Amino acid sequence: MSNVKIKTRDLNLYYGENHALKSVNMDIMGNEITAFIGPSGCGKSTYLKTLNRMNDFVLNVKITGEVTLDGENIYGSGVDSTLLRRKVGMVFQQPNPFPMSIYDNIAYGPRLAGIRSKVKLDEIVETSLRQAAIWEEVHDRLKKSALGLSGGQQQRLCIARALAVQPEVLLMDEPTSALDPISTSKIEELCMQLKKDYTIIIVTHNMQQAARISDKTAFFLLGEMIEYAPTEELFSLPKDKRTEDYITGRFG
Amino acid sequence: MPSSLQRKKPRIADRVAYVFIYLSAAISVLILIGIIGYVFFRGVGSINLEFLTKATSARAGTTGIAGNIINTLYIIVITLMVAAPIGIGSAVFLNEYAKPGKFVRLIEFTTEILSGIPSIIFGLFGMVFFGTTLRLGYSILTGALTLTLMILPLITRNTQEALKTVPNSYRSGALGIGATKWYMIRTILLPSAMPGILTGVILAIGRIVGESAALLFTAGSGYILPKTASDFFSKIFESGGTMTIQLYLSMSKGQYDIAFGIALVLLVIVLGINFATKYLAHKFDLTKKK
Repeated sequence: MSNVKIKTRDLNLYYGENHALKSVNMDIMGNEITAFIGPSGCGKSTYLKTLNRMNDFVLNVKITGEVTLDGENIYGSGVDSTLLRRKVGMVFQQPNPFPMSIYDNIAYGPRLAGIRSKVKLDEIVETSLRQAAIWEEVHDRLKKSALGLSGGQQQRLCIARALAVQPEVLLMDEPTSALDPISTSKIEELCMQLKKDYTIIIVTHNMQQAARISDKTAFFLLGEMIEYAPTEELFSLPKDKRTEDYITGRFG
Repeated sequence: MPSSLQRKKPRIADRVAYVFIYLSAAISVLILIGIIGYVFFRGVGSINLEFLTKATSARAGTTGIAGNIINTLYIIVITLMVAAPIGIGSAVFLNEYAKPGKFVRLIEFTTEILSGIPSIIFGLFGMVFFGTTLRLGYSILTGALTLTLMILPLITRNTQEALKTVPNSYRSGALGIGATKWYMIRTILLPSAMPGILTGVILAIGRIVGESAALLFTAGSGYILPKTASDFFSKIFESGGTMTIQLYLSMSKGQYDIAFGIALVLLVIVLGINFATKYLAHKFDLTKKK
């Protein structure tokens, strides 16, 4: 298969003594939505964080194996993890806008990358907010604090903030678990649109969500990647007994 | 029919506690008002333009504390110039860079101990180390460096507490879009922690203004005014007593009118600092949803 964006080979991760990811192998396709499902503590979020090296900040983490982005090993020597994170952005479970204006939130990444021109920043802010489908709601209050927005708006703002650095991949760690159903469906719609331009990987507790929006789904259990298949296939004809038990609600 | 909800006996313990609590509150408020009122009435007579703008001089026949006011400003500015960067820097190190563990706890523990040491001990050390060993003598610089040691724990602790209240999600949010650690600290953490940091700095100013024991044998008690522009720099190597030092000296000479005059000026300044703290902490509070 062509168009493999992220390739993982024999990835192991240890938190101290705890073997949290066990020999994960996976090819993630570009311009698709890939969902990770599994019970709490199964390693899906941990795996997600290895893809942009957010685990670097956790103490006593040891990682072996290989993760490549467009063929380049992201754990290779000389890799600047901050540059990696500009290519592989992240949206978190709790909306986390910075305590500054809506405009400054979006401009944070571009300014970090050295863009100073007001015209250019204005343009990026508008494009990013439009991409995240929140421009109409906030364009007349860009200078107001982002903390005054509702939870759903804050999460779309965070997506816009991640898009503003023009990443290639967007990692989403249960992005809708803190939101109401209407905000959730807005974000799901947004993901479907964004996959034209981005590769999206989403961790979710909600199997319906994975079934609704993803192209491929991976099921994790106790640090192992059990099954990875096109979403329809995984939900209708799971090959592994454990996958079947989980998606039919027998545990989890 | 008698209601079963009616109590026959009054709750005596409740009544006693009630009276006691109100009395305590009233006493502490009255003491405060009493002191402020007394200082005001005894001091207000000494306060006039000459008192605030001239230095005491037998030759010119003037009585004033302008020299002491300027010395106080010098000491505040120099102390903060040294202590604020070091204090904030070490707090950022302890909170954001150092691995949590024995080392950090040891530093935090020592900091706590340092802030409880009587100020005269800082004075003794400052006099011997800065004054004698570094040959700075009785000077504003010696005093300011001594006070730096004294207020460093205060600034460090307050900054650390402020940094601890910044949600971790801000950190991961910034790092997650490729910010370097220092960029994240500079653009997110320090601005978010600013109200707490300012509170620490302003409390430090309060301690500087009120300090006497640590300054008496380090900064000395000079009170002349700088005359030319070049004096403004060389003054830091000369002896200079703050208002509080002058207050102490006036008391010991029995000049109670002057002492109460200075006390009144000090009270006004402390009050001003308190209002400034509240105002600035509010102004820099980024979590306001404006």
